[in-house]
Amino acid sequence: MVKEIERAGIPVVHICTVVPISLTVGANRIVPAVAIPHPLGNPALEPKDEKALRRKLVEKCLKALTIEVEGQTVFED
Amino acid sequence: MSKKRVVHYINQFFAGIGGEEKADIKPEVREEVVGPGMAFSTSLKEEAEIVATIICGDSYFNENVEEAKAEIMEMVKKYQPDLFIAGPAFNAGRYGVACGTIAKAVQDELGIDVITGMYTENPGADMYKKSVYIIETGNSAAAMRKAVPDMTKFALKLLKGEEIGAPEEDKYMSRGIRRNYFAEEQGSKRAVNMLIKKLKGEEYITEYPMPDFDRVEANAAVKDITKAKIALVTSGGTVPKGNPDKIESSSASKYGKYDISNFTDLTEADHETAHGGYDPVYANQDSDRVLPVDVLRDLEKEGAIGELHNYFYTTVGNGTSVASSKAFAAEFAKELIADGVQAVILTST
Repeated sequence: MVKEIERAGIPVVHICTVVPISLTVGANRIVPAVAIPHPLGNPALEPKDEKALRRKLVEKCLKALTIEVEGQTVFED
Repeated sequence: MSKKRVVHYINQFFAGIGGEEKADIKPEVREEVVGPGMAFSTSLKEEAEIVATIICGDSYFNENVEEAKAEIMEMVKKYQPDLFIAGPAFNAGRYGVACGTIAKAVQDELGIDVITGMYTENPGADMYKKSVYIIETGNSAAAMRKAVPDMTKFALKLLKGEEIGAPEEDKYMSRGIRRNYFAEEQGSKRAVNMLIKKLKGEEYITEYPMPDFDRVEANAAVKDITKAKIALVTSGGTVPKGNPDKIESSSASKYGKYDISNFTDLTEADHETAHGGYDPVYANQDSDRVLPVDVLRDLEKEGAIGELHNYFYTTVGNGTSVASSKAFAAEFAKELIADGVQAVILTST
């Protein structure tokens, strides 16, 4: 899906836990997520902290969208 | 002659430990034949025996690749096998990646022969088919009956040190290796024959298939994110409570488009996941963990983004074919463009 959205002309960031799969699929902007069953959350945290963690990840995605990339780029910290 | 030694790697599901709720178990070793090992053991007969089975949860492996790999390597080393068999993983993505990763490590670092088996669309296949022998299997465990004999036949060849034939012959995925051989006819004649067949519209087999690189260049970055309209897309199966369009829990045949204009936060009462390929407990408690609507609403209010698109698009990325996923996205991407969406955040579980 990520490739078809890119092909259509819309910049897309893929946030997922298993980065090697995303690289194989062909995503260009990749942000590593927390865990497979909760990519943008962590049930072990207090709700407030969990939301802060999610916000950090979403902000990282937004930032990735504003950066020009050549080839596949994984946005670590 | 003494029997050759085989170590078998399987996931928590095939070990009968449990489904997704047990996908986070750490590697363990059992000095016995477990699950699909029974079928291998029977067909390997007098030639070889499975001396140990290593079991690891698919999520644990994929979320802790380095640790899992190190632990499993230690286990394999201890048994000094002649052959390492992983899977088969069929179309289970995380399982396929685990099988490929560990098989490659055992082969490269311990110098032990390895094989695994999976469906051609398994992401593990593209990642590892050039490095290790992957026997092509059907897309579900229903194909076990065919996968085991194919894999056993290949395993025995490796154990006996017999020469491995061409991919079609020995049913493994092409590793892109060319080997010289003497053909019956010279190249010019073969080329002309092929051309004639092509002109007649008949089937012909190329002697050198071109690699299939389907890459899409990255689009230009968003100039001003504070004015951009952003849409959420997910393969994590987030749907309104009750799954109104009945998106299948695996091998999805459709995608959903749902209105979130009235939501600032997704809760247990209104959203859930239809995905059958991961433990749904956390996503069902709070769908923002998969589709971060709450945070994007905050950012929208603060002016950090222009706006969050009123609709999100969703499907279940669990055994869903590449062809279907492509078709879904090609279709809804047109709508996204028509709606003036300037960037997409796609989340995957």
